[in-house]
Amino acid sequence: MIPAPFDYSAPGSLEEAISLLKEHGDDAKILAGGHSLIPMMKLRLAEPEHLIDINNIPGLSYVKEEDGKLKIGALTTETELEYSAAAEGRFPIFKDVSKLIADPQVRNLGTIGGNIAHGDAANDHPAVMMALNAEVEITGENGARMVGIDDFFFGFYMTAVQPNEILTGIQFPLPPKGTGNAYHKLERKVGDYATAGVAVQISVDSNNVCTNVGIGLTNVNPKPLRAKRSEDHLKGKVLSPDLIQEAAQMASEDCSPSPDLRGSEEYKRAMVGVLTKRMINKALERAKADY
Amino acid sequence: MDDKHKIQCKTSKAISGMGHSMKRKEDARFVKGAGNYVDDVKLPGMLYMDIVRSPFAYAKIKKIHTEEALKIPGVVAIVTGKDLEQYNLHWMPTLMSDTQMVLPTDTVMYQAQEVAAVIATSRYAARDGREAVMVDYEPMKPVIDPFKALEPDAPVLRTDKEGQDSNHIWHWEAGDKEKTEKIFNEADVVVKEQMHIPRIHVASIETCGCVADYNKVENHLTMYMTTQAPHAIRTVIALVAGHVGLTEEKVRVISPDIGGGFGGKVPVYPGYVIAIAVSFLVGKPIKWIEDRSENLQADSFARDYHITAEMAATKEGKILGTRFKILADHGYTDAAANPSKYPTGLFSIGTGSYNYDTAFMEADAIYTNKPPGGVAYRCSFRVTEAVHAIERITDRLAQEIGKDPALLRLENFIKKEEFPWKSPTGWEYDSGDYEAGLLKAMEVINYDELRVEQAEKRAKGELMGIGISTFTEIVGAGPSKDFDILGIKMFDSAEIRVHPTGKAIARFGTKSQGQGHETTYAQIIAEELGIPAEHIQVEEGDTDTAPYGLGTYASRSTPTAGAAAAMAARKLRDKAKKIAAHLLEVSEDELEWEPGKFFVKGAPEKAKTIQEIVFAAYTNHPQGMEAGFEATHYYDPPNLTFPSGAYICVVDIDNETGEIKIRRFVAIDDCGHIINPMIVQGQVHGGLTQGMAPAMYEELIYDEEGNILNGTFMDYLVPTAVESPNWETGHTITPSPHHPIGAKGVGESPTVGAPPAIANAIVDALSHLGVTHIDIPITPHKVWKILREKGVA
Repeated sequence: MIPAPFDYSAPGSLEEAISLLKEHGDDAKILAGGHSLIPMMKLRLAEPEHLIDINNIPGLSYVKEEDGKLKIGALTTETELEYSAAAEGRFPIFKDVSKLIADPQVRNLGTIGGNIAHGDAANDHPAVMMALNAEVEITGENGARMVGIDDFFFGFYMTAVQPNEILTGIQFPLPPKGTGNAYHKLERKVGDYATAGVAVQISVDSNNVCTNVGIGLTNVNPKPLRAKRSEDHLKGKVLSPDLIQEAAQMASEDCSPSPDLRGSEEYKRAMVGVLTKRMINKALERAKADY
Repeated sequence: MDDKHKIQCKTSKAISGMGHSMKRKEDARFVKGAGNYVDDVKLPGMLYMDIVRSPFAYAKIKKIHTEEALKIPGVVAIVTGKDLEQYNLHWMPTLMSDTQMVLPTDTVMYQAQEVAAVIATSRYAARDGREAVMVDYEPMKPVIDPFKALEPDAPVLRTDKEGQDSNHIWHWEAGDKEKTEKIFNEADVVVKEQMHIPRIHVASIETCGCVADYNKVENHLTMYMTTQAPHAIRTVIALVAGHVGLTEEKVRVISPDIGGGFGGKVPVYPGYVIAIAVSFLVGKPIKWIEDRSENLQADSFARDYHITAEMAATKEGKILGTRFKILADHGYTDAAANPSKYPTGLFSIGTGSYNYDTAFMEADAIYTNKPPGGVAYRCSFRVTEAVHAIERITDRLAQEIGKDPALLRLENFIKKEEFPWKSPTGWEYDSGDYEAGLLKAMEVINYDELRVEQAEKRAKGELMGIGISTFTEIVGAGPSKDFDILGIKMFDSAEIRVHPTGKAIARFGTKSQGQGHETTYAQIIAEELGIPAEHIQVEEGDTDTAPYGLGTYASRSTPTAGAAAAMAARKLRDKAKKIAAHLLEVSEDELEWEPGKFFVKGAPEKAKTIQEIVFAAYTNHPQGMEAGFEATHYYDPPNLTFPSGAYICVVDIDNETGEIKIRRFVAIDDCGHIINPMIVQGQVHGGLTQGMAPAMYEELIYDEEGNILNGTFMDYLVPTAVESPNWETGHTITPSPHHPIGAKGVGESPTVGAPPAIANAIVDALSHLGVTHIDIPITPHKVWKILREKGVA
């Protein structure tokens, strides 16, 4: 890689990192796993003058249950999440998604925080975090603040993280019994961005009534998209193949994919429909095994 | 299975001659990261080069601004076409005797064409300099579609060529036009499909590059470069640069370890010539290493044939004739690397594995504003295109008359007793047993049961297909009466030097890029001389030490240099016999050979080992005999070799998403006698994956303005192990009767044979919907569109 020239710092604390951000403003970029930023620098699509490497900051890598929530540190790598107790237990969706992100070498370095903070609707975790109803922890000079995932993404590469702030963690409520989650994306080959991807978390009671549901869509909208109308259509109703098909159809209608080499708009909409149906069914199967 | 198809070893494992799965001698350094590639070459005072490339497909260059770039610390020079023009180095010949700009003086002809070179003291400064060079262009409307390039109002692109009044390059024909017309007019059944074999790229993991090291005091150039044909390149350099004093003895080309060639490292690219010119001018070594996108966007493409394929037959399915019409898009210049007399390479093998006597083929080559090519990407010469056409149209005939495609093939095969067989386009196939191959593949994959399963699935609305490809390859170019590149005949060479203690070094005119020559050549010599293969060091790639040869491509190394190794070794065995007779005090007639020693007939205890004999060649040779133990052979093959294969592919298609899963793929190859089964299997695995690539993933895509839409590995989809099915390989053995060791070459068979097997399987899965053809690459999106049209998805 032959990037444009840049300065590099590796602060040992969050405070130090934030003061460096304050000093360099828009010219600085946070370096975590580097798997979005460095390819862009290689192609000179990004030419930050200052890189602030946060890998030496302790305490940002964890997956833990605390206060009825699952909390994930920003520096947790894809591999760590994939093999975490949470993924083995209530969150098989983490296994689903990690396996579809690039290749093992990338997953060993790429971080969950970076995947979200990059603000790219083509990344996979934004949709997953929408399905799980996450909150994002953002730290600045006055400490941490929490932002709901629906208020986090502003547009292409634009998020709620301000120039002098760092995304430090993600958390979401531990779901009740009878909850399942699942993710899948269509990709042209391993390591590709999604042609379309769908994340679902669904809770059902013993009467097969949907008590809660989250559906997030990958790479079929300018910013990560929640399939709100599909969720509302399912909530509080007895789940049936027809109902699920209707919800899938709504997701297909509500996204705004752009045609590209992965396929036409029509194809992508159709794939959102197929995947929404399949992921609801897969999540539902897992939910029923969760009693 | 017939015993003759089993691998038989004549030597012990200690000797490891032919048939032993000896581990590759070269792998120790590769797996330890100790290979020596061109980017590992670091010389004192070395400067680095980066290249400014055109963003436009067709544009006038108004001005090149170098001032800002020259201000960057470390940037020492910017070289433009005008600079090279002063030394008459701004143009160069292609291997097809066309011409190509090294750097343009006024016009760029394709996107990513070289425009200027930045020379700097570090790789980073060179890249920064490249960003800072500003070029004023005046874009013109490019010609991208080869069909439109032939329309009367299309602008003539090659105004630099005298007498060039259209975008037509050449016309080629083979076979009998009138007889073919008659057959087609009278046949019961004629099937026809229009197919495009997409423009693809070899995408070797190592990109191209060089270190040009000109020594002003000695007036000597050492050129370290990624080339599959070092000797031919040295001759070309001497022909192009002789006028500035670089005559052939003043040029040494060294091709170090190569990380994949596949035909893409046969041509001379402008970057090499610029590096030489700059080194010549400044007297310092110049390193140029392409980045990934440059390699993909600018270096020679492969394929890009538009083919109209037709087949005539009786209604019972007896094939009567074929007719192929080709439009060949060569881009800006014909930069293919075919033998001189064969502008379409060996496309005329496209009559296939079937017994009929009438065919006609024609091709027209066209200039467009796209990068030049097309190289022979692991396909001998255009054999992939030919095999795709014949194997697809054969399936089309089966579909038309409602006959099982396996049965149709079995009924039409040239039979093993009909060899040597004269093809309708004039080739003499040396040997083959096509029926044995297909029957074996059908047995392994359980063909009949698959057809039953397919019918059941179809009844349930599930999509499953079975595809067959039974191809004939043509490799080992080639006999000197017909084959040359730029006039140099396509023989190849081996030189064996056995040291007094019985260990040897052998050098060749070829150049391995991963094929395993250091092992297989040693095994051939071990087979012939009985010296253990591990005691035979193989060297290639240095023009100062290796004998002259045309290099490694087109599966020619085993058929030519491999034969040369056997012939040189046999010269040494003859000499060994004389020395043994002298040592044992008997006449030569009384001696018998077994691998590793001569012994007296009827008295096996009276024997001399090859090691004892070699020692005597230096210490106690017969008076009057030349001392030493060395031999060289230049092998001029009497014919090409004709490997074959029978491939069967099973696919399952998701009827909602169009996703295609290769469930099974059985490849039965016949490459004659096998030198190293493990290496052959490795070659076949890699080749099948590279055959799956254009069938399902790869295509270089351009928009109407000539912009490449997938110029990085983000969108140019090179499949990996994840996409690859479990390749099931096997073999039949039908030795070449004219090759000294009966081998035929195998490196390209799988790349050639796999695409139609996969395409045929996918079309088969959809054939009940009325689908007769889909152009490769066949993607889920393409399949989904068909399913939607047909009301399935």
